[in-house]
Amino acid sequence: MTGLLDQIIQAVLLGGLYAIFALGLAISVGVLKFINVAHGDLIVAMSFLMLTLTNSLGLPVPVALIVLIPVGAGVGWLLQFGLFQRAASQNELQIILITFGLSVIIQNGLLGLYGADTRKVTAGGIEMASINLFGNINAGVLPLIIFVTACLLIVGLEQILYRTGLGIQIRAIADAPAAAKLVGLRLAGLMAVAMAMVGITEAVSGGLMSIWTNFDPSSGSSRLLIAFEVVVLAGLGSFWGVLVGGIIIALAQTFGGMIDSAFQMLAGHIVFLVLFLFRPQGLFPKT
Amino acid sequence: MTSGFVIFGRLALAAGLICLCIAPFAFTPAVLVLLTQALSMLSLAMLWNLVAGYGNVMVIGQHAFVGIGAYAFYGFAMLAGLHMAVALPAAMAVTLAFGSMVYAMLYRLRTAYLAVGSWVVAETLMLVASRLPGFGGGSGASLPANLLRTFGARVPERLSTIYIMVLAVAVLTFVLIWALMRSRIGLGLAALRDNEEGAAVAGVNTRLVRAACFILAAPMVGLVGVLVTLQEGRISPVASFSMLDWTIYVLFIVVIGGLGSLEGPIIGTLVFFLLRELLQDYGTLYLITLGAISILIVLFAPTGLWGLARRKLGRDLIPLTHDPKTGGAS
Repeated sequence: MTGLLDQIIQAVLLGGLYAIFALGLAISVGVLKFINVAHGDLIVAMSFLMLTLTNSLGLPVPVALIVLIPVGAGVGWLLQFGLFQRAASQNELQIILITFGLSVIIQNGLLGLYGADTRKVTAGGIEMASINLFGNINAGVLPLIIFVTACLLIVGLEQILYRTGLGIQIRAIADAPAAAKLVGLRLAGLMAVAMAMVGITEAVSGGLMSIWTNFDPSSGSSRLLIAFEVVVLAGLGSFWGVLVGGIIIALAQTFGGMIDSAFQMLAGHIVFLVLFLFRPQGLFPKT
Repeated sequence: MTSGFVIFGRLALAAGLICLCIAPFAFTPAVLVLLTQALSMLSLAMLWNLVAGYGNVMVIGQHAFVGIGAYAFYGFAMLAGLHMAVALPAAMAVTLAFGSMVYAMLYRLRTAYLAVGSWVVAETLMLVASRLPGFGGGSGASLPANLLRTFGARVPERLSTIYIMVLAVAVLTFVLIWALMRSRIGLGLAALRDNEEGAAVAGVNTRLVRAACFILAAPMVGLVGVLVTLQEGRISPVASFSMLDWTIYVLFIVVIGGLGSLEGPIIGTLVFFLLRELLQDYGTLYLITLGAISILIVLFAPTGLWGLARRKLGRDLIPLTHDPKTGGAS
C-alpha cells in the first residue's frame, strides 16, 4: 500500500516537470496560434547548454540555471522575430513545415556537437537527497523543487497575462489580431515577447530536466509529444489545467511502467488518446 | 502556345519513364536497388502531397501506414500462411481500415493539432507493433527464404521482380492521383489547396474531399510498406515505422520539389537522391542541409522548385487544369 502511494507521489511530482514542458507549448498554441514542432528539441538544446555550462565551464548548477533563462528568452525572441514572423503571412501549414525543418536542424546539430551518448548533469548530491513527508513516505528534494517551480511558473504567467498591461496586449493579439492592430498594438513585437516567454519555460524545463533524467540529441521528439498531449488534455483554459494534464500523463506512464517497463510510454499515449476521444475539447476548455 | 521548354520537359519526363521501364535489362543490380528506393520514395511523396498539398491535411504520421502495411502483410503471408495474391490486398484493406479509423478520430482537430496528433498515433502504433506476439517483438522478424524465392530463384531476378512491382505501384499511384485531380473531387481539391474558405463558399464539400484523399492515400501507403518489406526482407518496429525514412524525408522531398503539384514530388525525389549521393558521407550535415533548404524554400518560394520553374514556363508539364480559353484540357 505504501508502495502504491509512493508511486503516486512520484508520478504527481513528475507531472510537474511535464507541466513545465507543456507551458511553453500552451502559450504558443494559445497566443501565437501555431505548434512549434521543435519545442522538444529546444528544451533538449537547453539541457545540453546546461551540460556545457556546468561541466566545461564549471559553473555551479543554480548559477547555470539562472544564466540559461535570459538565453532561452533571447532564443525565443530571435526565432519569432527572425523566422516565424516571416512566415506569419502564410498559412498554418507553412509554419509547421518551418518548425519541422528547425527540429531536424537542432537534433542533428546537437548530434554533431555532442555525439549520440546519453547524458545527465550532476548537481552535487541534490538529485539523490530526499525528505520524509509522513510515515515512511519519502519524496526526492529535486522533484519537489521542480514541482514548486512549475507552480511558481504558472502563478507568474497568470499574473503577467491577467494583471499587467503587457498581458492585456498579448491576450488582445491572441483573441483578435486584426482588431488589436487597429487599436495600434505592434503585433510582431508582442508575438516576439510571447515567444520569449515560451523560451524561458524551455530554458527552465531543459535545465531542470538535465539534472533529473537522462537525455540525448533525439530526446526532443518524446518531450514534444508529452507536451502536446498535456496541452490538448488541458484544453485552452487555464495554466492550472496544464498541471493537471501533466499529472495525468505522468500517472498513466507510472502505472503502465508498473505492469511492464516497455509499457510506460505506451500507457501515456493510450490514456491520452482515450481521453481525447471522449473530451476532444480538453478537460478545462475556455468557457 | 506551348513553348520549347515545356516540350523539352515533357520529352524528359517521357524519356525518364522509358528508361525506368527498360531499367531491369539495362542497369547493374546496384543501380536497380537505388532506383527501387527512389521509386518507393516517389510513391510516398506523391501520396503525402495528395494529403497535405492538395487536401490541406497536414499529417506527419504517414510512417504509421507504411508500418501497418508491412506488419499486416507479414501477418497474412507468414502467420496465416496466405498466398501472396491474397496477402497483398488484405494488407491494403487493413491499412484502409486503420486510415478510416485514424481519420475519424483526428479530423476534428485544427491543422497544427492534427499534425502532432497523427504523430502520436504513429508512435502509439509503433509501440503496439513492438509488443505484438508473433511479430518478433522489438527486434522484428525476417521473411523466410522460401517466400522471397517466389520473386525469383536468385538475387538479381528477385531484385528485378521487386523493381517492376515498385515501378508499377509508382505508375499506378501517379495515374490514380492524376485521374482524381481531373475528376470533380480533384477540382474541389485544387480549390481547397488555393483557398480553403473560398472553396467552402463556392460549394466544395471540403470535409468530404479531405476525407476522400486521406482515406484513399492510406491503402496505397500500406502497399508501399509491403514493397519496402519485400526489399528489406524483414519487418521491425524501428525500420517499418521509421519516421525519418517515411515521413521526414518524404516531407523534405515534397517541400523542395513543390507542394500541391504533380511535378513537385518527381523533381523533389530527383533532387533528394542527388543530394544524398553528394552529401551522405557528411552524416549530420546532410540532414542539417535538407532542413535548411526546406526552411528557405518555405520562406521564399512556398511552391517549391517546380513553382519557380512554372512561373517561367507558364504552364504545367503534366496537363491537369482545364483551359478556360479553349474549354478543353490544355
